[in-house]
Amino acid sequence: MAEEDLRAAVAAGALAAREGHRPLLQAIVEVARAIFGARAASIMLLDHSAGELVFQAVTGEGEDTLVGRRISSATGIAGWVAQSGQPLVVEDVANDPRFAREEARRTGYVPKGLMAAPLLRDDRVLGVLNVLDRPERRRFSAAEMDLLGLFANQASVALDLLLQAQRIETLLGTAGDELEAVAELAMRIDRLDEDRRAAAVRLLRDLVDIVGS
Amino acid sequence: MSETQEGKTTEPEVDLPAWSLRRDDPRARALPRSWPHRIDRKWAWSGSDGAGVRVAIVDSGIDGDHELVGGLQRAVAVEKTADGEWKVGDDDAGDLAGHGTACAGIVRSFAPRSELWSVRVLGAGFKGGAGALLTGLRWAIEQGCEVVNLSLSTPKRDTAALLHEIADDAYFGGSVFVASAHNLDVRSYPWRFSSVVSVASHDGEDPYEFLYNPDPPVEFFARGMDIEVAWLDRTRIIAAGNSFATAHMTGICALILGKHPALTPFQLKTVLRETATNMRES
Repeated sequence: MAEEDLRAAVAAGALAAREGHRPLLQAIVEVARAIFGARAASIMLLDHSAGELVFQAVTGEGEDTLVGRRISSATGIAGWVAQSGQPLVVEDVANDPRFAREEARRTGYVPKGLMAAPLLRDDRVLGVLNVLDRPERRRFSAAEMDLLGLFANQASVALDLLLQAQRIETLLGTAGDELEAVAELAMRIDRLDEDRRAAAVRLLRDLVDIVGS
Repeated sequence: MSETQEGKTTEPEVDLPAWSLRRDDPRARALPRSWPHRIDRKWAWSGSDGAGVRVAIVDSGIDGDHELVGGLQRAVAVEKTADGEWKVGDDDAGDLAGHGTACAGIVRSFAPRSELWSVRVLGAGFKGGAGALLTGLRWAIEQGCEVVNLSLSTPKRDTAALLHEIADDAYFGGSVFVASAHNLDVRSYPWRFSSVVSVASHDGEDPYEFLYNPDPPVEFFARGMDIEVAWLDRTRIIAAGNSFATAHMTGICALILGKHPALTPFQLKTVLRETATNMRES
């Protein structure tokens, strides 16, 4: 276990972060849905090795059933967005039988319109943000595309945190009990009030001296 | 260098630096000026239907049977072999997403007699690598496609250098890359390269309205919002994005090259600038 990995694991508060991303992703899809006045919104994580997109957060239609579901990233609109790294805005998706067949079978809900944006972090596509069925058939505008991009940025930061937390969990899992104990200690010290935290840090420094000698 | 008494060079003995040209080389002869006259739309594409121009659509495949597409000259897919090599082979999968068919239909609406070549680089087997894209583009150039529609880009920096090389090869080889700018504020390639015709959207409704941008990297804006496009299974949808603006410019390039097949990519770009909707008499 490299020292920098240990520091990263502890600093990230991996234990606390384990579930912390979910409310954040959920909040993003809920705000996106509200702002666009859409019937549903969702965030999918791209599983490169499986060639699949996994629903991570869903609001509106499908929110009770879709989280955790997987669809192929090889076909369909979300697949194109994930593969190309480009957003796509279409109306009348229901006219697309491939989309309809696949989605209706899985979700019981066929959208009439879809805005989908890639979740990009540096040069990687992490997933896809979908906004389904805005209320009326108004013209698309560049401003909406920009807005979608802003939500996608936010979602990609949150998704990146999720991936980091997962990576650190894996690290903790393979490092054995010592690292988990250290991570838990760090988390507990972080929650102390200022005086007690300072005392705890002094104690830890003494411990480092003792161990190091 | 040996010289006669008249001071003229009798034989080219001096080695010139690489990439240089001897003045007695045939390539140094005077070339006819192309345009002693005004470049307007009438000159540029009036009467053209794109006949004789091969247009490659590098995308998710094309449904050639869609009424807005009206047939393909050829369809290939780039896929990874068991040995991990990218290989180009005939493709009968059609379109896996709808996007390529949409672009093809737009090109066809401008240039009904152009040849459409589908080069599928997305779809099954794609794992996020750029190898398929690079292989597909290289293949399209090798086939001599005069126009290559690329409504795609990649943010991968390690791919950018390879893409740059291919884009320059295309430019010098007589293939015009018409490349879509990203729809988000993202740095991606190859649309940022000067050797391609880069396209983003304006919000107008006239398919023939396109604007020259004096402040690149995006050089042209074309119709990209609220467009009825061909989609999967013979349907049509309303779509928006720079992808579709790019297909408009591809169609216009096919028209121009149908009428003026000898134009080089840089001449074509100049014609596009001169015929842009926002150009006016000085």
